[in-house]
Amino acid sequence: MTRRLSLFNVTALVLGFAFLYLPILLLVVYSFNASRLVTVWGGFSTQWYGALFRNQALMEAAWVTLRIALLSASLATVLGTLAALALTRYGRFPGRTLFTGMVYAPMVMPEVITGLSLLLFFVAIDLDRGFWTITLAHTTLTLCFVTVVVQSRLMTFDRSLEEAAMDLGAPPLRTFFSVTLPLIAPSIVAGFLLAFTLSLDDLVIASFNTGPGATTLPIRIYSQVRLGLSPEVNAASTILIGIVTLGVVSATLLSKRSVLRSRRNAH
Amino acid sequence: MTGRTLTRRLTEGLVPAVPYLWLGVLFLVPFLIVLKISLSDPAVAQPPYRPVFEWGDIAGFFGGLDLENFELLTQDDLYLTATLSSVRIAAVSTLLLLLVGFPVAYGMARAPERYRSLLVALVILPFWTSFLIRIYAWVAILKPEGFLTQALMGLGLISEPIEILNTETAVYIGIVYAYLPFMVLPLYATLEKMDDTLLEAALDLGSPPWRSFWTITVPLAMPGIVAGSLLCFIPAVGEFVIPDLLGGSETLMIGRQLWSEFFSNRDWPLASSVAILLLIVLVVPIVIYRDVEARRVETRP
Repeated sequence: MTRRLSLFNVTALVLGFAFLYLPILLLVVYSFNASRLVTVWGGFSTQWYGALFRNQALMEAAWVTLRIALLSASLATVLGTLAALALTRYGRFPGRTLFTGMVYAPMVMPEVITGLSLLLFFVAIDLDRGFWTITLAHTTLTLCFVTVVVQSRLMTFDRSLEEAAMDLGAPPLRTFFSVTLPLIAPSIVAGFLLAFTLSLDDLVIASFNTGPGATTLPIRIYSQVRLGLSPEVNAASTILIGIVTLGVVSATLLSKRSVLRSRRNAH
Repeated sequence: MTGRTLTRRLTEGLVPAVPYLWLGVLFLVPFLIVLKISLSDPAVAQPPYRPVFEWGDIAGFFGGLDLENFELLTQDDLYLTATLSSVRIAAVSTLLLLLVGFPVAYGMARAPERYRSLLVALVILPFWTSFLIRIYAWVAILKPEGFLTQALMGLGLISEPIEILNTETAVYIGIVYAYLPFMVLPLYATLEKMDDTLLEAALDLGSPPWRSFWTITVPLAMPGIVAGSLLCFIPAVGEFVIPDLLGGSETLMIGRQLWSEFFSNRDWPLASSVAILLLIVLVVPIVIYRDVEARRVETRP
């Protein structure tokens, strides 16, 4: 049967999405504002983008952030995929309940607690705070998100393919690399992108675990925002939004293509 | 043959062991350290606390522990007030999120099927965009000479700039805005699966729409309502960025308190005690959330 969209439904959708997008839209539009006053339109200009690229501190912060995000997302993808395999393919192993708890808890744990506890741990083991401590912290947080994304894919796919490969004598590692991995690849990519953007975005955990020479972009933006609105931050935000939008759109297209392909194969 | 079973056993052992060990060392151990430090005394040193654990000095370990920091927490009204006000702000926000999120999720579930995945993608997209940036965007909207005042003055609805920034109202707006995807997506997931014939049957039998809503739609959407509410409530209690950027100095929240104990007062043991306090408040909702989530994932076909 077809569902009808009532006037009420349409209004809710329009208002809901306007609420979600209007603030971002304003931010993007006003990054092209010629005026230094962030909320007063003074004509079109791209001068803040120029200023942004000449701002040594911001560019350095962006570079540090990017390196941390790439490294921690890669580590988190490997660890998260292993965790997802453990949860879906290994049945009841000792300490499974604790393991599930440790996977789900960091996702809802307030960031201030995660940040503080990791910092105290790094101090206790005498690890200098900086690039590596943020990377380790981000890996720990984001691997949980990768686990959930990959796990949901592992739950839905056809086990008989793996079993067929095993029956034909393929060893487990070979089965994994030639059967399982290609099938779950889109979810691994999606997990990586999620981990990457979470790391790119994080202020609280990074603030606790940062050290000399490891000021990330969110930390830099936060300290500028505290001093007042700045059109340069608008420009930086617009670039970030652009990158993220591009990433999400390509990830969506990627997973859609793989769904189409698996549908085609099924026929 | 033995070689093969050996590699099989090895890989089988390694797959859970590696992430297990990682989370154990970098999630569980840090946690125990917070607990330990919350029980130790502050010191003017680097790091600014007196260690309570020396290897080989077990007696000293138990002797050095005290509840002094927690006594301080109970003596100073500030922490209790901040905790209660965090829970109140998070609860009100969750309620507002339900009020805003339900109609949106319902509309999405009723939209023609070919548009649904696009709508879901549109809800997720802002969540991927920097949290900090999205909150920052609201500063420009809510400040006295900001976009909201300009728009309302342009419409002739107000003549004076309205004071929203640096109030609790701004914090509510910020939380509802930032967490809306967390509420909409679980609600949509349950509403989308709902069988419409139930509503039609109710209508045929003469039930007015509002009654069908309360007796059919809401109970069927309950798993989504619970998941969405927990997903919003738990992080909202410990929120730092939103009250810090949008709230005023009178907006007390426990996450912000922890932050200032740590960064401004440099009292690490007290900050740790505040973290434990926050955790105690959240332990029940987190356990419920974990069960709900684990059940949801494991019963999926």
